[in-house]
Amino acid sequence: MKFWIVSASAIVAAIALALSGANEYLFFAGFVVLQAVVLATGWNILGGYAGYVNFGVPGFVGVGAYTALAMHLLWSAPLLLQIIAGAVLAGLLGIGVGLLTLRLRGIFFSISTIAVVFILEAIVMNSRFLGGATGIQLTRPNEVLFFDSYTRMLFVMMAFMAVIALSIARYVQDSHIGQGLRAVRDSEEAADCSGVPTLKLKLIACAISGALLGVAGAPMPMYLSYVEPLSTFNLHYAVIALAMPIIGGTSHWLGPLIGALILGTLQQIVTVTVSSELNVLVVGVLLVVFVVAAPDGVIGLVKKWKTSSK
Amino acid sequence: MENILEVKDVGKNFGGFTALSGVNLSIRKGERLGLIGPNGSGKTTLINCISGALQNDLGTIHFKGESIGRLPAHARTRRGIARSFQIPRPFHSMTVLENLMVPLAYVGGVSGEKAKVQARQLLEDIGLADKAEAASSSLSQVELRKMELARAMAARPQLLISDEAMAGLSGSEVDDVLDILIKLNKQGITIIMIEHIMHAVMRFSERLVCLDAGQIICDGDPQSVVGNPQVQRAYLGD
Repeated sequence: MKFWIVSASAIVAAIALALSGANEYLFFAGFVVLQAVVLATGWNILGGYAGYVNFGVPGFVGVGAYTALAMHLLWSAPLLLQIIAGAVLAGLLGIGVGLLTLRLRGIFFSISTIAVVFILEAIVMNSRFLGGATGIQLTRPNEVLFFDSYTRMLFVMMAFMAVIALSIARYVQDSHIGQGLRAVRDSEEAADCSGVPTLKLKLIACAISGALLGVAGAPMPMYLSYVEPLSTFNLHYAVIALAMPIIGGTSHWLGPLIGALILGTLQQIVTVTVSSELNVLVVGVLLVVFVVAAPDGVIGLVKKWKTSSK
Repeated sequence: MENILEVKDVGKNFGGFTALSGVNLSIRKGERLGLIGPNGSGKTTLINCISGALQNDLGTIHFKGESIGRLPAHARTRRGIARSFQIPRPFHSMTVLENLMVPLAYVGGVSGEKAKVQARQLLEDIGLADKAEAASSSLSQVELRKMELARAMAARPQLLISDEAMAGLSGSEVDDVLDILIKLNKQGITIIMIEHIMHAVMRFSERLVCLDAGQIICDGDPQSVVGNPQVQRAYLGD
């Protein structure tokens, strides 16, 4: 109950902010932070709960973005349809990647997911329809529902997506699926021998995780009014999608949220006040600090502090 | 007496290496079977094929009359085959109680308070009740072995396979685990025990099977198997 009250308040706050006269840049930056929440939460369902580290995040983001683009080019589909289509295709890609787990575990799985990025990037590079290597310039629709600008609308929409992503992660964690995925992460053999249908659960986790990563990517063409493969399939997405849950804590759905808010906000501040090169350094330094000093992230620190103060 | 498990002409290769060939084994319902053999003789491979961790390349495996050779491990667990592991594989991020709740949920379909009550009862039976809330990563070796057996029991098996559950334990701990296995057998559970500790094997087994180089070389009552010259040669060399 508390979760839904907080979620509803967060969305109301986002809408109120978007209707207010606040500076446009706030929404431009806020979108990136909310997108980070979706990315981190989606990644964590496979990487955190099941322990399968996916480096192929840009592949999923790219599938989301380019599916949205294709929907726009072919049928001038509305944004919501673009996002749904992006989620479906990225979810299917997730199932494909999930089949890799049949034979590949640990680092070998992770390495093979990187290949997904390069394959998809090569396909887009060679597709004239999707703009090839030079990319495509888009014009946003003129009319915007309720809001003064398209960016404000995107900001509110991403807030919705973040809440949806978090409620899915929370549901998965508390359900049978989460219990089984934890068992898979700790010992796949023992999980199998305890009656856990490991492959089925991994495929479910891959599909949900992939779909959410696709959702994070789908609004990108409209957000930037421009898509090109190098930045869409940028491995930077993989680094932040992995860094944020690790900083926040991978065992709980709140972890990716905390990590995304800390890292996403810090990156935006550093980009504006210092330089955009330095924001990459922020990711690296924070990641190293947390892996060494707090391997269970902020959530782990809080738990430790709670048990020691008892 | 009906057979609960029928292994017929089972073979398993790893690349060019023949780990098992022409293995035939029938196990009666309620039997206590000891499985011995030198290191690398294929004991663990055989029980991996029975429990579903591996699939046999040749031959058939029937459990309660049903062919299970192509089923994944979790489906075999649901049909009534549970096992412990030679090297304990706890769900280390969970408490002892939570470890047991995984099979309770996925095999028995019970969760929440009801599962906790059942898990506590299982821990009580195995003498681990005081560790219910402990992190499984904090357990000692003998506690880990007991937890593995309790977790296997949480799947409500008819056939329990114990893969060297006593390795690395002290004398009194060995007797402790042995008593647990005999108690479970009295409840009607068929048990296959792989073990290197001979006095435990001799005390436990009604029947003994010896594997060597992937083949069963002797099958019969424990005294005669141990006295068999072929078995002695397998262990001691010529």
